[in-house]
Amino acid sequence: MPASIVVNDIRKWYGDTHAVDGVSFTVESGEFFGILGPNGAGKTTTLEIIEGLREPDGGTVSLLGLPPWPRNAKLLPRIGVQLQATSFFERLTAREQIRTFAALYGTPPARADEMLEIVGLADKADTRTEQLSGGQTQRLSIACALVHGPDVVFLDEPTAALDPQARRNLWDLLRGINAQGRTVVLTTHYMDEAELLCDRVAVMDAGKILQLGPPAALVRELEAPNRISVETGTLPVDEARTLFPDAEVDDDGVSLTISTRNPALVLSTLAERNALRGLSVRGATLEDVFLTLTGREYRA
Amino acid sequence: MTSFLALARAMLLGYRRDRTALFFTLLFPLIFLVIFGGLFKSGGIPKSSVVLVGSVPLVEQLPADGHGQLDQVLKISRTDDVNAAIAKVRSGDAAAAIEQHGNQLVVHYSQADATAAGTVRGVVESLVQSANLAASGQPPRFSVQAEQVEDKALKPIQYFTPGILGYAIAIGATFGAAATLVTWRQKKILRRLTLSPVKVPAVIGARIVVAVGIALVQMVIFIAIASLPYFGLKLSHSWWMAIPLILCGTLAFMSIGLLAGAKAKSTEAASAIANLITIPMAFLSGSFFPIEGAPGWIQGKMGILLGFALVLGGIAAWLFRWDDV
Ligand SMILES: Nc1ncnc2c1ncn2[C@@H]1O[C@H](COP(=O)(O)OP(=O)(O)OP(=O)(O)O)[C@@H](O)[C@H]1O
Ligand SMILES: [Mg+2]
Repeated sequence: MPASIVVNDIRKWYGDTHAVDGVSFTVESGEFFGILGPNGAGKTTTLEIIEGLREPDGGTVSLLGLPPWPRNAKLLPRIGVQLQATSFFERLTAREQIRTFAALYGTPPARADEMLEIVGLADKADTRTEQLSGGQTQRLSIACALVHGPDVVFLDEPTAALDPQARRNLWDLLRGINAQGRTVVLTTHYMDEAELLCDRVAVMDAGKILQLGPPAALVRELEAPNRISVETGTLPVDEARTLFPDAEVDDDGVSLTISTRNPALVLSTLAERNALRGLSVRGATLEDVFLTLTGREYRA
Repeated sequence: MTSFLALARAMLLGYRRDRTALFFTLLFPLIFLVIFGGLFKSGGIPKSSVVLVGSVPLVEQLPADGHGQLDQVLKISRTDDVNAAIAKVRSGDAAAAIEQHGNQLVVHYSQADATAAGTVRGVVESLVQSANLAASGQPPRFSVQAEQVEDKALKPIQYFTPGILGYAIAIGATFGAAATLVTWRQKKILRRLTLSPVKVPAVIGARIVVAVGIALVQMVIFIAIASLPYFGLKLSHSWWMAIPLILCGTLAFMSIGLLAGAKAKSTEAASAIANLITIPMAFLSGSFFPIEGAPGWIQGKMGILLGFALVLGGIAAWLFRWDDV
């Protein structure tokens, strides 16, 4: 099967800002692809260039084998888009909203109502969109992107305003769509989400892709130490330092934390001494990868 | 076709739920219609009021049709107090007070309202003449039949209705087009629509159909209200020619609105531009009052002023573009 998306060295400048600065990647058909990056990294701009909403200043994009720019009417029914800024018709209710979008694609209204049910907005169907909460608005926007059963779905921070329940429900929904063979591209700031959902992620900063690969591989590549902590007092700090000379030991008065690349040794030693009260073991996560790659400073 | 209908429906629902738009396109012009229609209902010369003091047999003994004719020109009231009647004349509440002493009629009048006083004197003199003639026993050789022509000519409601309706349609089309474009852009819905397979003609076509539909609804409501017996609008035989006229007018004003909407960055700016263009047009074009009644300088300079308004509108549009960066 051909790749869904082929992005080749795209660039976009806004004055002196290099919003996208030579980005290339390929998304296979049926893949779940994530774009991570701090605020202003260029995620939205990249997505909008692929969708055909913006013209790149350089580079080429092929979406389902076709160029998305200029506006390509053959392509549009096959893609579904949720923009970062939600966009609705004025003064329409949730149901009228999604039915209008459905009609634009020739999708029957029954399917629109079904979609409303799926995102849990059935009892808000007659509420005007202006009166929906942030998370409800977000869910409606996603429902509008999915209503016509597109082959490729673009979601720009779909879970940004959602509560934990809604996030998990949306994950299920997106996994279900992906399981039907549809390609999903999303941006997010939640690393757990990316780790859980995405087959591959691209970490972006300042308009460039810093790293690209399956989340687990990126985490492994980082070779970050494991952090093992027990309750303070279980083991004196000095003793811990002598026991594990290669590890970094720290006690903040609540927990004693040992950062080590040899967790098996530390754990067995602690077990021998029966010093496992309040034990927690934390391996590196995508978040560590992200922070290592992009640093900890605020972005403009 | 389904997308065209869906968009038209979305626009129409949005309009119907927009209280401000409803107010300015329907209620506000209707208030004008009711006020003007009510104020200038008769349209003829106001009747002069006359106070009869005590018994005035000359008037009282008139035959029924004579009373009827008299009532058409005079509003007659009665009192027994001469001083009170004269005071009324003095204060301008009555045009004249009439007493009868034997065979002599005394008319107290004030020169303050010369027209009314003249009317009353004329009427009283003709009453006396015909009474004299009747007393002589000769049949009258000449007679006059007075016929008021106002009723068969233009009653005010006949020109207020199309004028104010025209104004309402102009406002509706201009503001509707301007506001939809601007808010749809502001709310990014136009961006979202470019990502759906909807075709540009469907978006514009839907906007046009909705504007025309709103204009026709305005027409129906206005005509219905003006035709109430209280206002008394009468449609003449080729009234339906108003429909193509309304279609053309709607499209013309819509284009002004589209221009304003294309240039303006906010809804407020768009309606300011639309206002700058339509309000001077409404007054100068005589849509509220027949232009013949306007001062000469307005009649003469209308074209210049209209051009001026357009230039102003253009400048406003140009300015507003720079406002929002
Ligand atoms: N229309 C525009 N005009 C000028 N600059 C822009 C425009 N859109 C984006 N930018 C700039 O381009 C850069 C990338 O923006 P983009 O929206 O792609 O970031 P992002 O990664 O989506 O950020 P976020 O996580 O906050 O959504 C930013 O520095 C932004 O200021
Ligand atoms: Mg973004």
